[in-house]
Amino acid sequence: MNKHSGELTMQEYFITTHKRQRRLITSYRFLIMLFFLIFWEVSADLGIIDSFFFSSPSRVVLQFIKLCADGQLFRHISITLWETIISFLLVFIISLALSTLLWYSTKLSDVLEPYLVILNSLPKSALAPLFIVWLGTGMTTIIVAGISVALFGSIISFYTGFKQCDPEKITLIYTLGGKKGAVFCKVVLPGSLPTLLSTSKVNIGLALVGVIIGEFLAARQGLGYLIIYGSQVFQLNLVITSVIILCLIAFGFYKAIQGIEYRLKKKMGS
Amino acid sequence: MQNILELKNIGYAYHTLQGETKALENISFHVKEGEFVAIVGPSGCGKSTLLSIIAGLLEPEEGTILVNNPDGSLHYPRVGYMLQRDHLLEWRSIYKNVILGLEINHMMTEERLSYVNQLLFDYDLDKFRDKRPSELSGGMKQRAALIRTLALDPQLLLLDEPFSALDYQTRLMVSADICHLIRNTGKTMIIITHDLSEAISLADRIIILSSRPSIVKKEMEIHLTLQDNSPLAARNAPEFSGYFNQLWEELTSE
Repeated sequence: MNKHSGELTMQEYFITTHKRQRRLITSYRFLIMLFFLIFWEVSADLGIIDSFFFSSPSRVVLQFIKLCADGQLFRHISITLWETIISFLLVFIISLALSTLLWYSTKLSDVLEPYLVILNSLPKSALAPLFIVWLGTGMTTIIVAGISVALFGSIISFYTGFKQCDPEKITLIYTLGGKKGAVFCKVVLPGSLPTLLSTSKVNIGLALVGVIIGEFLAARQGLGYLIIYGSQVFQLNLVITSVIILCLIAFGFYKAIQGIEYRLKKKMGS
Repeated sequence: MQNILELKNIGYAYHTLQGETKALENISFHVKEGEFVAIVGPSGCGKSTLLSIIAGLLEPEEGTILVNNPDGSLHYPRVGYMLQRDHLLEWRSIYKNVILGLEINHMMTEERLSYVNQLLFDYDLDKFRDKRPSELSGGMKQRAALIRTLALDPQLLLLDEPFSALDYQTRLMVSADICHLIRNTGKTMIIITHDLSEAISLADRIIILSSRPSIVKKEMEIHLTLQDNSPLAARNAPEFSGYFNQLWEELTSE
């Protein structure tokens, strides 16, 4: 057997090198974070940047503890989470239903194509004031805002995913005596699962964007409200703390869907 | 032997905005029960179109397909179609793949499932029933695809260059293997192939189509003296090269 440095086989050597690489990348990631935090803290303490406007890690931590202490923060976070999850689920269900319909009827998809393209490229934040007028200020408006940002892109992505199904696999179902329904259930839908999941990863981020826009304009609670409130009363510690929490929430959502994706892939064996 | 299938003056054309492309013209032939028929012809001559018409996936624009079922009824025979690639679905286990047709047709009866299990056992796939398609060799995948087709108990099997995705060596083994398995079931088979030696070694009769628009140029009965059952036996038969030359001349002469 081919030995490396007298002790390790080439395979063991390969695995050790690979693991070392992974550890190195993880530690670089932490280092960047650490440097950024130290740089931020030091420049604020030395007065290079004005800590009133730019805050600092220690101030963020203090603000966070204060918000936790009076129990408000938990309420704001859970409201934003709740609104985002509802928007995301509704986007998933509505776009799955509509893209299935478009797949079934080529005529319908041909007719609706330009409308979908226009609605998708429209900046949805422009609609938020309309939603307030139509639906009032409340959770419904915010959820609708969340849906509006993700929905049309999601329908287009789902539909494109369905369309990319191997035509020979479709023929296979017909040769086995299946009809269009069987084609969809046995081949198109399971084959598009990777597309559905990767679109969902984007959708949950977009739903969060929509919810925050909604909360900016029409809420008395939630992280979006906290950000707007903080900026109006010049409590920038509050704003930056909320933004950092949002960062963590977005990352958490992404990881959650990635986890589902990983588990499904393992189950589906692809 | 009774004819299981009779084609009379079949014609078919493809239509686009640019115009009409005639694919098939006046195709007539018949297939007897239990017979193995190979269809050869230049590429793009409409062989696959013809198979799709026989399978009932396309309606012929002209002509009729007549069917004589064993029980005298005029129903279309149950047709099994094997495509160029195995198209096993990666998200299903081998077992789930081979019962796909039964699932679609709501035929998951005890009798059908035990037949499938018997086939899995006979074709040495029993051990692999819970594996994913990607874990199987090319030959095993073709066997699984064959079981999927046979599960619906078709009377007539259509094979559209079913081995063309395999490398040459595997192809020789698998084509002999699959055809041997089909012969044992006593079913009728129509196979499309590019490979003249494959056609001679597998078929009882070869139908030669002309280039587009296709007509039946010639039909050739094949009788080989076989020494043994190996994949190369047919190719070593004394009559083989004579048939090959005859076929070659038919295809190259205009």
